[in-house]
Amino acid sequence: MGEIKNILLVGVGGQGTILASKILSEGLIQAGYDVKMSEIHGMSQRGGNVSTQIRFGDKVYSPIVGKGEANIIVAFEKMEALRWFEYLKDDGIMVINDFEIPSVPIQQGTAKYPEGILEDLAAKAKVLVFKAGEIAEKVGNARTMNIVLLGALTKAMDLQGIDWESVIMANVKKGLEDINIKAFHAGADQVK
Amino acid sequence: MKVLMTGNEAIVRGAYEAGLTIASAYPGTPSTEILENLVNYKDDIYCEWAPNEKVALEVAIGASIAGARSMAAMKHVGVNVAADPLFTFAYTGVTGGCVLVSADDPGMHSSQNEQDNRNYATAARILMLEPSDSQEAKDFMMLGLELSERFDTPVMIRMTTRVCHSKSMVEIGTRVEKPLIPYERKIAKYVATPANGKVLRKQLIDRLKRMEKYSNTAPINKAEYNDTKIGVISAGIAYQYAREVFGEEASYLKLGMTFPMPMDLITEFAGKVEKLYVIEEMDPYMENQIKMAGIQCIGKEIIPEMDELNTDIVRKAVFGTDTGVLQSEKVAVGRPPVLCAGCPHRGFFYALRKKKNIIITGDIGCYTLGSAAPLSAMDTCFCMGGSISAGHGAAMALKKGGSDKKVVAVIGDSTFFHSGVNSLMDVVYNKGNSVSVILDNRITAMTGHQDNPGTGYTLMGESTREVDIPMLCRAIGIKDENIYTVNPLLLDETGKVLDEALSKDEPAVIIARYPCVLKAFTDQDKEEFDLRPKKCYIDQEKCTKCKVCVKTGCPAIFSGEQITIDQGPCTGCTVCMQVCKFDAIREVE
Repeated sequence: MGEIKNILLVGVGGQGTILASKILSEGLIQAGYDVKMSEIHGMSQRGGNVSTQIRFGDKVYSPIVGKGEANIIVAFEKMEALRWFEYLKDDGIMVINDFEIPSVPIQQGTAKYPEGILEDLAAKAKVLVFKAGEIAEKVGNARTMNIVLLGALTKAMDLQGIDWESVIMANVKKGLEDINIKAFHAGADQVK
Repeated sequence: MKVLMTGNEAIVRGAYEAGLTIASAYPGTPSTEILENLVNYKDDIYCEWAPNEKVALEVAIGASIAGARSMAAMKHVGVNVAADPLFTFAYTGVTGGCVLVSADDPGMHSSQNEQDNRNYATAARILMLEPSDSQEAKDFMMLGLELSERFDTPVMIRMTTRVCHSKSMVEIGTRVEKPLIPYERKIAKYVATPANGKVLRKQLIDRLKRMEKYSNTAPINKAEYNDTKIGVISAGIAYQYAREVFGEEASYLKLGMTFPMPMDLITEFAGKVEKLYVIEEMDPYMENQIKMAGIQCIGKEIIPEMDELNTDIVRKAVFGTDTGVLQSEKVAVGRPPVLCAGCPHRGFFYALRKKKNIIITGDIGCYTLGSAAPLSAMDTCFCMGGSISAGHGAAMALKKGGSDKKVVAVIGDSTFFHSGVNSLMDVVYNKGNSVSVILDNRITAMTGHQDNPGTGYTLMGESTREVDIPMLCRAIGIKDENIYTVNPLLLDETGKVLDEALSKDEPAVIIARYPCVLKAFTDQDKEEFDLRPKKCYIDQEKCTKCKVCVKTGCPAIFSGEQITIDQGPCTGCTVCMQVCKFDAIREVE
């Protein structure tokens, strides 16, 4: 049985993790992999944490990723990177969007947003940090932040053999295809 | 053609391909998307939201008796509500195939308990199927309708959150139409009087034997023999975890039909393996039956009896290996669910928490979040519809015990229609004095905005008559002068109405009517309410940082060196503006 690869996309509601994971799984299916995907969103409609788990390989059983099993975690938000850190494999890579979204206890002043997350995680694992939102803005649309992160993921996972452009074309809003494809490549360029 | 689908979508596809024509449900996580997807086939399938799960199952039962293939879908606790018809339906059996989908929630992702509904199959003696992925969800739905007709029994398909919400590949086929079975009157079969019931009861025992015989030969109960040192019996999502943890070396007996259990098949498998494990989530459901048959196995001695399983838990339990994980000393702050910015419930709870000497009985819905700090304006929450009746009980106990405390029961519109109406009848009929508040946000919000008898629309998108809540309360017997309708975003008015209702020594109802800010507003909503986009901001020169506005719990308000309002999520509901004593909060012009 071929090795199963595990991907986690973690973020906060409204950041576009769901669309990114949809494009990702469609691309993997086109490449002939068996794919399972599991989405968890918190109870609240807004502001809860959202995670998507994608597993692919010749044959996948469990739809969820265990602790220490993720080959890659793409954190759309910094504190979510911290929350999911123990799911990362020893030799896995964590892509972190350098962006903070405080949760309600932080907003209300009953808790503090943890400091030094990036330094701490970088000291313990392979971490790639960039500001996906700023890259998306430079490309021309801040809302393509999720596709920037997707681009980085596909390169970091060595999945460039897949025709991502056509999958993106089929899944993003009409008229925004080109800008999303630009965002995708701009994200991939972050991975050296 | 293969398509990536959730288990819920696959159930729908199976129902469609198997020629189902009638479906009814009450929304509840993780089952809600079943009917939400089924409506895509509304040209072929009639589907509806019922006011509660009992009604939904009864609709499916009626459709089956009338000769159609039918289904009802609900979350695990919904089956408690539907249990009354279910147990007798097991006696009468079916005409058209009928499937009840029970979506259990191990780990309580969004439920008040994590009961294991497989126990219903043994208690009611109905055939049960347990899919472990989306392909099986589709296949078992089709098979379930067939077996229902073949054995003349309702069939329960027991899903769990991970099966409902995970996506895996599903082979798509075409629909086979099932014309209505011509109606024949069968009084002895369908009128469950004691005399008929006694005959039906005996038939049920005979049917059980036939179903068990089938279970032993059913293709969905299959053994996979590899090395026989270790054998694993599993079903549902637990099978996926077990299969991955034990790998290619172990042998497996994977059960798709778990009631009646295939005891011959299990005995044969147990005889061939040296060490037998039973891996299942929640109750020792299979394990107890296997042990009762005198077969030795290892199950709940090592596998937790509560919460969800996953590969980590199973691996650790069986092999004692704990994969070392990366750890950070830093702690991520939680993201607890909160009432949204602009939620009309916030205004109501803010006004309610000011009232002293009361007990607040709550109910199931978004507004249960009113129990969380900083509002903390709720004392109880058990089940759908329980607030008004538990509130009545509490009020009577307080009165009888000589306490001057009063009771306010808080319930949502959909939950009121679900089973709160009966409770309110009890309050009036038995001369209670509690205040019942119906938080009418014009939608079933918690589960993602489903229509209900009060919204004026059906699941199939047709406009319909809506329940007139004040008129309903009058019909139940609440006096006209004790029925109040208020906009809960107006704090003073809401507070005054609460005072007045609490001053009465007879049943009173407050209808707090304002639409959920996240819903798609109907023309009627736009006409009735001022829904123009508005925003509030804080005048920093006037702000004294007293943080009263922060205590409304609004997620648009940030408390740092300055108190600020995030213009993104703010809807201009003005609750913060009303609580500010320093006139520091204004509406954006």
